[in-house]
Amino acid sequence: MKPFTYERATSPAEAAAAAARRPGAKFIAGGTNLLDLMKLQIETPAHLIDVNGLALDKLEPTPEGGLRIGALVRNTDLAADQRVRRDYGVLSRALLAGASGQLRNKATTAGNLLQRTRCPYFYDTNQPCNKRQPGSGCSALGGFSRQLAVVGHSEACIATNPSDMAVALRALDAVVETVKPDGTTRGIPIAEFHRLPGDTPHIETALEPGEFITAVTLPPPAGGRHVYRKVRDRASYAFALVSVAAVVQRDGTGRVALGGVAHRPWRVEAAEAEVPRGARAAMAAILANARPTHENAFKVTLAERALHAVLAEARG
Amino acid sequence: MKLFFTVNGERRDLELDTRTTLLDALREHLHLTGSKKGCDHGQCGACTVMVGGRRINACLTLAVMHQGDEITTIEGLGSPDKLHPMQAAFVKHDGYQCGYCTPGQICSSVAVLEEIKAGIPSHVTADLNARPGLTADEIRERMSGNICRCGAYSNIVDAITEVAEQQA
Ligand SMILES: Cc1cc2nc3c(=O)[nH]c(=O)nc-3n(C[C@H](O)[C@H](O)[C@H](O)COP(=O)(O)OP(=O)(O)OC[C@H]3O[C@@H](n4cnc5c(N)ncnc54)[C@H](O)[C@@H]3O)c2cc1C
Ligand code: SF4
Ligand code: FES
Ligand code: FES
Repeated sequence: MKPFTYERATSPAEAAAAAARRPGAKFIAGGTNLLDLMKLQIETPAHLIDVNGLALDKLEPTPEGGLRIGALVRNTDLAADQRVRRDYGVLSRALLAGASGQLRNKATTAGNLLQRTRCPYFYDTNQPCNKRQPGSGCSALGGFSRQLAVVGHSEACIATNPSDMAVALRALDAVVETVKPDGTTRGIPIAEFHRLPGDTPHIETALEPGEFITAVTLPPPAGGRHVYRKVRDRASYAFALVSVAAVVQRDGTGRVALGGVAHRPWRVEAAEAEVPRGARAAMAAILANARPTHENAFKVTLAERALHAVLAEARG
Repeated sequence: MKLFFTVNGERRDLELDTRTTLLDALREHLHLTGSKKGCDHGQCGACTVMVGGRRINACLTLAVMHQGDEITTIEGLGSPDKLHPMQAAFVKHDGYQCGYCTPGQICSSVAVLEEIKAGIPSHVTADLNARPGLTADEIRERMSGNICRCGAYSNIVDAITEVAEQQA
């Protein structure tokens, strides 16, 4: 690791202001992604702002009947919360399908949302990577791309977002609450939070420099059957090849978000009219613009079959 | 940077480079070498310790982030002449070969039984709104963050199952 200075944040607004003051500063929450990347010198912050002391570890009902999840609620606690299990089951399921018990005990809501890609070339500092080193090129385009994106990608980057939790949050229409270095706050709809790579794959979210996440808010429960299905190379403790988060109503209508296929959780609201007609019609619409590589074309078929299984489970 | 935390019930004062992981603080500075470094990247579980009663990977956290925390390592669970029931069960069932992953496996399994008791669901829990059971499937899934190169898995599950049954 490169040397860095360290401070403990005293309030969310102060954390944001401190991050803007210090060039090269980063927040650290669970540390399970940031420290991993710092050891490999993929991330090289000069200053760490430890936010663990901020009292953002609570889940509370919102006046509208939804749920406000503090940025520091650990993945284990979020998945185990009775309200989440009862009303937002797809979120519990997505969290429990990710990482390991040890990691979920540390990983936070905000840190999970901001975890970086698992593209093998992003991790290999000897290889060009536009995300790690803007302008250096993308090694994955002509390389090993089995794990990578099939839709929404660009000539600059074909990486996927690895978060399971984010896929469920996308299906649930969550809102990310933040405070900026000047003290102003805003809510960013999850649909606008993660960006497509375009020409700037190193810019991954709508967050501005220093902007700090305080909470993630869920709207009132949508009802229906909640299913998260993750297809991976091992039965446990592996990232998704493809995952499906779905909330399906009795009448067969529903919402569907996909993981493992794009630079952000992939949901196409306009395609959801096809959900009652079944997996084939729905997936054809959701992945209408897919451009897989020869190594990951299987993901398109896999996504359709995974959705088929999800819809069967939701009916059953 | 100066800091202190409690390890196995004893207050320890340290002065460390900010880069020191909790694992390196325990092994290199406090000479508690029971916790092992397998991968140093959160992938193998050999470094599993309990902080505030919860299992975590000590390799993916900084010592400075644990000011004032209560840490339990394998050395705090039991000693050669007074084994923790989980340690005794691992010996009885041959839950290891080379033993490198074992301290992490044992810390993790003690925590797993607590997690099931606390009603925390897992990926294989069939009904999210019911209490999870103490089945072999539950134990396997919850232990998936602890890798054993020697493949002692089935004996590890036997050891954990026996302790679970003793506690039930
Ligand atoms: C072996 C392994 C397997 C894994 N498997 C999976 C898996 O299957 N599925 C999955 O989804 N994930 C998986 N993960 C990733 C894991 O979920 C993430 O590492 C974790 O969620 C990150 O959370 P954290 O709190 O530790 O983040 P940190 O590492 O603390 O931070 C991550 C990023 O978020 C920023 N940040 C943190 N908090 C805030 C805030 N409040 N506001 C603004 N910025 C903030 C940090 O600056 C940093 O850039 C795995 C990780 C490992 C090591
Ligand atoms: S796909 Fe993206 S992350 Fe992977 S090498 Fe190309 S630019 Fe880097
Ligand atoms: S050494 Fe920490 S998980 Fe492998
Ligand atoms: S006993 Fe050798 S690695 Fe598990």
